[in-house]
Amino acid sequence: MPPFFPPSANNYARTSIIFLIVAISALGLTAYKLQSSPWVTREGIRPEQPVPFSHQHHVSGLGIDCRFCHTSVETSGFAGIPPTKTCMNCHSMIWTNAPLLEPVRASFKDDKSLVWTRVHDLPDYVYFSHEIHINKGIGCKSCHGPIDEMPLTYMNVSLQMEWCLDCHRDTKKNLRPREEVFNMTYKQPSRWDPVVFNGKKFFDQDLLGEEIQKTYHIKSGYELTTCDTCHR
Amino acid sequence: MADEKHNHESLNGETLVSIAPAKDTPATKLDLSDVRNKLAGHNGRRYWQSLEELSEEPGFDAMMQREFPRQASEWLDPVSRRGFLKLMSASLALAGLSACTKQPEESIVPYVQQPEELIPGKPIYYASVRPTAFGAQPILVETQMFRPTKVEGNPDHVFGKGSADAYTQASILDLYDPDRLQNVTKVGNTHTWSDFNGEMRDAALGDKSSGGAGIRFLTETVISPTVADQFKNVLKSYPQAKWYQYEAVNRDSARAASRQVFGQYVDAQYQLENADVIVSLDADFLSGGTFPGFLKLASDYAKKRKLEDEKAGMSRMYVVESQMTTTGGKAEHRLPLTASHIEMFASALASSVGAGGGGTLNNPDANNFLKTVAADLQANRGKCVVIPGEQQSPAVHALAAAMNSTLGNVGKTVVYTDTVEIVPTEQVAGLKELVADMNAGKVKLLVVIGGNPVYDAPADLKFLDAYEKVPLRAHITSNVNETSRHSHWNAPLAHYMECWSDARSYDGTVSIQQPTIEPLYGGKGYFELLAVFTEATGTTAYDGVRAYWQAQKKGTDFEAAWKKALHDGFIAGTAFTPKTVTAKSAPASTLQGNSAMEVVFRPDPTIYDGRFNNNGWLQELPKQVTKLTWDNAAMVSPKTAADNKLQDQYVAKINVNGVEIKAPVKVTPGHPDNSITLTLGYGRDFTGRVGTGTGYNAYVARTSTNPNVAFASSVQGTDEKIRLAVTQYQYPIEAGKNEGQTEEGRAMEERAIIREASLDEFRKNPDFANEGLLERESKDVTLYPNWTEDPTKVGMHQWGMAIDLNSCVGCNACVMACVAENNIAVVGKEQVLAGRAMHWIRIDTYFSSNGSFGGDVANPRAFFQPIPCQQCENAPCEPVCPVGATVHSTEGLNDMVYNRCVGTRYCSNNCPYKVRRFNFLLFSDWDTQSLYPLRNPDVTVRSRGVMEKCTYCVQRINAAKIKAEKRDGQLDPNGKPYDGRVREEDNLQTACQQTCPTDAIVFGNVADPNSRVSKIKAQSRNYALLGELNTRPRTTSIAEVRNPNPQLQPKQTETHG
Repeated sequence: MPPFFPPSANNYARTSIIFLIVAISALGLTAYKLQSSPWVTREGIRPEQPVPFSHQHHVSGLGIDCRFCHTSVETSGFAGIPPTKTCMNCHSMIWTNAPLLEPVRASFKDDKSLVWTRVHDLPDYVYFSHEIHINKGIGCKSCHGPIDEMPLTYMNVSLQMEWCLDCHRDTKKNLRPREEVFNMTYKQPSRWDPVVFNGKKFFDQDLLGEEIQKTYHIKSGYELTTCDTCHR
Repeated sequence: MADEKHNHESLNGETLVSIAPAKDTPATKLDLSDVRNKLAGHNGRRYWQSLEELSEEPGFDAMMQREFPRQASEWLDPVSRRGFLKLMSASLALAGLSACTKQPEESIVPYVQQPEELIPGKPIYYASVRPTAFGAQPILVETQMFRPTKVEGNPDHVFGKGSADAYTQASILDLYDPDRLQNVTKVGNTHTWSDFNGEMRDAALGDKSSGGAGIRFLTETVISPTVADQFKNVLKSYPQAKWYQYEAVNRDSARAASRQVFGQYVDAQYQLENADVIVSLDADFLSGGTFPGFLKLASDYAKKRKLEDEKAGMSRMYVVESQMTTTGGKAEHRLPLTASHIEMFASALASSVGAGGGGTLNNPDANNFLKTVAADLQANRGKCVVIPGEQQSPAVHALAAAMNSTLGNVGKTVVYTDTVEIVPTEQVAGLKELVADMNAGKVKLLVVIGGNPVYDAPADLKFLDAYEKVPLRAHITSNVNETSRHSHWNAPLAHYMECWSDARSYDGTVSIQQPTIEPLYGGKGYFELLAVFTEATGTTAYDGVRAYWQAQKKGTDFEAAWKKALHDGFIAGTAFTPKTVTAKSAPASTLQGNSAMEVVFRPDPTIYDGRFNNNGWLQELPKQVTKLTWDNAAMVSPKTAADNKLQDQYVAKINVNGVEIKAPVKVTPGHPDNSITLTLGYGRDFTGRVGTGTGYNAYVARTSTNPNVAFASSVQGTDEKIRLAVTQYQYPIEAGKNEGQTEEGRAMEERAIIREASLDEFRKNPDFANEGLLERESKDVTLYPNWTEDPTKVGMHQWGMAIDLNSCVGCNACVMACVAENNIAVVGKEQVLAGRAMHWIRIDTYFSSNGSFGGDVANPRAFFQPIPCQQCENAPCEPVCPVGATVHSTEGLNDMVYNRCVGTRYCSNNCPYKVRRFNFLLFSDWDTQSLYPLRNPDVTVRSRGVMEKCTYCVQRINAAKIKAEKRDGQLDPNGKPYDGRVREEDNLQTACQQTCPTDAIVFGNVADPNSRVSKIKAQSRNYALLGELNTRPRTTSIAEVRNPNPQLQPKQTETHG
C-alpha cells in the first residue's frame, strides 16, 4: 500500500507552519496599524461642519488671537467653543448676506445652538486640561499643528496615548516661553535664530527646554507619566 | 444537611440568629448561652462585628476565609451555564475587534449667548439652604454648566461650618429622581398650571363670603419666614380658613413640655462645647439629621474629645436609651432601658438631683447607674447637660428641663430660644382637629403641600376616610404618593434647588434659598402656590422673598446687604438670642411601667419618615449599628429573641394596637430586653421604582395618643424568611484568626484593628496604641523596591489621611458624600445580599463586650471605623495586577486606571482591608436620561467588569494642583513666592472629610511637617491598621480614648490592654 502522505507532504507541512506564523504576524500588524490609522484616530480628517469655518482666514489672514474665541483656554480644562454671539459680533457688520453664514444667522435669530462636530475628541476616561499646558509653556501648535494654515480644521496628530506620553516623558523638546504660547509664527531656536528666555539667548531647543523646565518647575517625566495625571 | 443538624443541636439552647445561607456554607444558628460561655473564656478585650462572628461557628469562619464572603463572585443570574458559554464564545470572537472600534463621532454645542459668569469646565458654587423640619442646612451647591451635581455644607456659615449630614448629601438625587411628578393632573388627566390656579382661585373666592370657612391648608413644617408671612396674609383674606402643619416625625413632645413648663414654645439649644458631663435620656443626637441641631451638637461633642493637646480634658457621656444607636455606642456608659422605663429613670434621676420627679427603679444595675449619674451631675453643676430624646414623652422633656435648671446649666450648657418653626404647633393635635372638621363636612377645599398624610398620619385618625369626604382635594407634591392618589388635583412641587425661598437654621440664622436650576418639571414652590390665595398673584418667589427682607431691613443699603446675604449664604446677625424663661413645676409622670412587650416607633436612620423611600442612595446606605439596607426590620435584643422564639431574618407577627405587623427580625446587640423597635417609612403602597416592595409599614400601628410607644398584645415568630441585606460582616478585615495562637496572642492581634484606652490609661501610657505590637512594622522588610526612597520618583506632595476614632460618630455622612462625589452606582438589594455593594468608604462597626471598662453581649460598647482605601505604600494589590491597572503615583496614591482594568479581581483578593469594589454587572444607570446631569463630570462613570476604589478624590487633588502650579512664581499676600505646592490654606479636602460634622477625617500633605494631617499623625495615638503586614498605609487611625467613671467600672480586674 502506498504511503498515505507523499514525501512532498513534509514540505507542505513546513510551509504551512511558516505561512501560519507569517499570517498571524501579518494579522497582528494589520490590527496594530489599523487601530493607529487615521480611519480609527480620524487624524487628518476634515469632518463636515455646519459652517466651513476657516482658521486660516481668521488667524493668519485677520490675525485674530486664539483667545478671542477660545476664551477659557487659560482658565479651564476646556478651551471653549465660541457662542454664536461671538461670530455675530463681527458678522452682523461684515458678510451679512453671505450664504455660507446662513446657519450662524439662523442660530442667532432662533436662539438655537450651532452643532459642531468635534475634531479633537479624547476618550471619556482621559482628563486633559488646557489651562495647565498653556501655563507651562506648551504652544497651541504643539498639539493642534499648523491650525493657522487650515482652511478646514483637522486633527494634525493621532492624540493616542502613545503620542501624549512621547511628550510627557520628555517635555523639553516642546516647551516654549509662556509669552510665545499663542504665537503662531514662533520657531524653535536654531543656530541662526535664537530665542531669548530669562535674559539669555538660546540657540538650541534642548538647552532652552531645560531652562524652561527649571523656571516653570515642570515635573520630571517619571512624575508626569503617573497614571492619575490623566486618568481618574 | 448541616443546617438541620445545627437546628437540632441548638433546640435545647436559645436559638438566636441565623445568617443568610451562602450556597455552599452551612447556615449557622447561634445560641446565647454558647456565646456567653465562649466569651467567659476570654479575658482580653474582644471586638466583634456581628453575633455570628462571636459564636465562632466553624461555618462562619469558613465563609469568611473565602476571597469574597458569600456569593459575590458567584454566577447568580438566571442564565444557564450553557447560555453563558454561548454568550462568552460570541463575545470572545468579537473581542479582538473591540480594539478596532472607532469612538463615535461627538458634537460640541456652544451657547448662542454664553452667560458671562460661566467658565466652561469649571464648577460654580451657589450658597443656599436645604430646608428641613429641624431648621435649614446651610449648603453650597456645586453646579457644572448650571447643573447641580453636588451639595456641600457652607463653610462660612456658623451652623455646621461646612459639614452636611447624609440626608443633605443624598437630597440631590431627589432632584433628578425620574419618578418625580411631571405634570399638573386632575383625576389622571393632564392640565396646566393656569387650570389648576383657576380652579383653586374659584373655589377660594366662592368661599370668600364665609371668610374661607371651608378652606384648609395642610403643609409640612414651615421654617421660612416669608412663607409664614404669606400664610398670615392668606389667613387675613380668609379669616375663617385654617393652616395646619404636620410631619410624622415631629417635635410634639418637646413642644408640649415647653408649653407646660415655660408657658410658651421654645427650642432648647444645647452647648456641648461647655459640657463636661452629658446625659442623654434616649436622645440619639449623634446619629444624623433625625435630631434637631445635629451638625452643631456633633461638632461640639467632638471638640471635647479630640485630645490633640494631651493635657486637655474630655467630656463624659452617659446614655440611657431604648435601642442601640451610635450615641449609645459612643457613650462612656450606656444603659439600655425600654422607652417607658426611661421616663421612670428620668423621674428618679430628677429626684436624685433635687429637681422634682420621684420614684425609684427596681433594677439594681439601673439604680447603680442612676446614682453614679446623679453624683456626676451634682459634681459638675453648670458644666453638665441632660438631653431628652425627641421620641420620649413630654414628661421626660419637662424633667430634663427641670434638671438643667436645678443644676444651673441654663445659660451655660443649654439656652432657650425662639423655635425654628415660624409658627410652632403641636402637630398631631392640629391634625386631629383637621380630621374632625373633615368628618363634620366643614372642609370644602383642602390644599396639601408636600407631605404624605394618607400614609403617615396616626392610624387611629383614619385620615383617608376623612380626606375622601372633602369635595375638592389638591396635593402639591414632588412625587406621586398615597396622598396624591386620593386627591383630585396633583401638581408638581419644586425641589429646594428649583425655587426661591428662605429658611432659618436651628440656631436661628436666616439664609436665602437660591435656586440653581430651572424647575425640571415646571414645579412651583410654596410662595408661588400661596400667591393664588393672596392678592399678590403674579409676584415671583424671588420678588416675594426680596420684598419681605427689604421690609425687615432697617438700614438703607438693602441692595448691598441682599447681595452679601446671597453670596455668604446667610444674613449676618439673625441668630436667635437666648430667652430668659421661667420654669413652672414639671408635670407629673403619666406613663406607668408596663410588663407587656413594648413597641417603639422610630424614624428610619436612612429613609427617615418615608420621604427618602425612592432615593436609591439612602436605601442602599447601611443603617447605623445594624448595617441593614433596603429594608426595615424589627429590632430586638438577643434575649428577647430567645424568649419569644424569634429568629434573625425570620418574620415576626407583632400584634399591636389591634393591628398585626409582619416584620423581619433583626437581633441587635445592645437593644433593651422586652422591647421591639420598628422604623418608619417603608412598606409604601405607592412609591417610585426604587422604593416599591421594600420593608413593612409601621405607621398602621401608630396612634395619635402615643405615637412613639405602644405595647404589643402578642409577638410570634414564624417560619417565613426574609433575607435582609446586611453589610455588617461582608468586608471582614482578617486579623488574629491564625490557628494555634494563644489566647493572649489573639487578643493582641485583635487589638490591632481597634485600639483604645481609658483616659487614665492614656495619661499613664500615651503610647498605648503602638506598644507591645510585634516588631514587624519595619521599612526594610519588603520584597518590592522601596519607591519612596528614590528621589527622582517622589512627588512634591505626599498625600495621607488620619481618621480620629474618638471623633467619628458613625453618622454615615461621609459614605453619602463619597457616593455623590464619585458617581458610585446603586446595586439593589439582591446585589447587596451577594456582597456587591459599591461604596468606596464604609463604616465598620465593632462591638466590645468585655474589657476594662465594661460591656456585655447584652450591652456592648460600639466603635465606628470609617474604612476608605488605605493607600498603602507597599500596596499588596499592585504587584498582583497582570495588566498594571493599579499602580502607585509619585504622590503616594494607589491609582486605579479603569480603562486598563480587565477584571481579574486579583487585587481585591490580595487587599487585606477589603476596600476594592468590583463592578460585577453594569451597575451604573446608563439608560435613565434624568440621571445624566447628576454625575460628576470629573470622575469616570465606570462600566461593568472594572475594579473601583477610593483614590482620595484624585479629581480634587488634580484641580488643586493645577491651581497651585498656575500661580507658581507669583507672590502670596505675605510677599512669599508660591512654589507650585498645594498649601494648607488652599483647603484641599476629600469629599468625606469635607462633609464630616466632627472633623474626624483629616487629609493633606504628609510631606509638609506643618500640615494639619502631619500634626495629627504625630500624635502618640496614631496607628496603622494591620501595620504588622508592612503595607505602610497612608490612611492611619487615631486610637480611641474614653473617659469612664471609675464608679461604674466592672468588678473583675483586667490585666490586658
